[in-house]
Amino acid sequence: MSGHDHDHDHSELTETQLRVRALETVLTEKGYVDPAALDLLIETYEKKVGPRNGARVVAKAWADPAFRARLFKDATPAIAELGYAGRQGEHIVALENTPRRHNMVVCTLCSCYPWPVLGLPPVWYKSAPYRSRAVADPRGVLKDFGVSLPKDIEIRVWDSTAEIRYLVIPMRPAGTEGWSEDKLAELVTRDSMIGTGLPKGPAK
Amino acid sequence: MNGAQDMGGVHGFGAVEPEPNEPVFHADWEKRAFALTLAMGTPGGWNIDMSRFARENRQPAEYLAMSYYQLWLAGLEALLKERDLVSDDEIVVGHSLQPPKPVTRILSPGDVAQVLYRGGPTERETNTKARFKAGDTVRAKNINPLTHTRLPRYVRGHQGTIERVIGCHVFPDSNAQGAGENPQWLYTVRFDGRELWGEGADPSVTVSVDAWEPYLEPL
Repeated sequence: MSGHDHDHDHSELTETQLRVRALETVLTEKGYVDPAALDLLIETYEKKVGPRNGARVVAKAWADPAFRARLFKDATPAIAELGYAGRQGEHIVALENTPRRHNMVVCTLCSCYPWPVLGLPPVWYKSAPYRSRAVADPRGVLKDFGVSLPKDIEIRVWDSTAEIRYLVIPMRPAGTEGWSEDKLAELVTRDSMIGTGLPKGPAK
Repeated sequence: MNGAQDMGGVHGFGAVEPEPNEPVFHADWEKRAFALTLAMGTPGGWNIDMSRFARENRQPAEYLAMSYYQLWLAGLEALLKERDLVSDDEIVVGHSLQPPKPVTRILSPGDVAQVLYRGGPTERETNTKARFKAGDTVRAKNINPLTHTRLPRYVRGHQGTIERVIGCHVFPDSNAQGAGENPQWLYTVRFDGRELWGEGADPSVTVSVDAWEPYLEPL
């Protein structure tokens, strides 16, 4: 990148920073926002709501057959049993990966993502490369993540065009028989619940 | 609108670049833009479909040049200005220059947890019967509205199968225009990859969208 481009990028970022600050000041002075509520919103999604929630759901689905049945019948109330519900997760559907079928979730039109179980989406999920290619070349996208699936596995892509939010339930890794839910949850990666990755295996 | 937000199948964007150990936010201003957008939903009175349209309703070159939270910020500014809640002058100066418009309520810190936990469910009761059932063959209509829609271009005109009758949900095409919720039956419709992308496409791939009944016609 040339020095000129770099300066340009830098000044644009500064302009955005100043603009956000100005807008927050105006909205606060007018009494439309309470800065303490803003801090709380940020803290919620930085510290409390994230993919560890989804990992708890997946681990329970692996370890508890009755929960698994409820999850696939109607995921929203099943997930609410663990205390996860609300904004951008009002209507959740759980997708079951099997030896014959792999699920992958995208939002080609914006960035729809199941916040209560996965938190806010990563940059790549919102990016043009993912949104453009997930529906046309999902195996190519998987390759970008270092994942290769056998040719005869069906790949089901789910474009989140309405208010239904999708959570992939990956297959339980072999060699984890008898593991506790806490231990199982440590194997569940964020990407394995989007369908761009697989869960970790037990450490050798 | 057929804008840059409708990205399914567009070529040339390159590889997906996962970021190891990615932080939730990449800059302090992103946190503030995010929180301002959520908090202003309470006094602002707009709905999620209006918010989405405010972000996508711009020249494609501009949309593609902006980062995600820059789009959120631009969308928020557009909604605020449309409703005369904030003026351009005020954003430039960085201070309130006019008295505030009366608003019914604002988001208080004590309400944050409950507001997030409640969310905004979009399912509605209905007396109407769903026109389609699981297994029905349908075609996504060829529509090109200048206004907000959630039927992506890559499925328009293509044949798919109803996989699931989801329920009756707020219809974004109406809701984004302030024309009411106009709830409609919503379906998961699955398309064969070769139907969407041609005979050379990977036969092991299927793609679904969630589509409201007005987007679909029977075959």
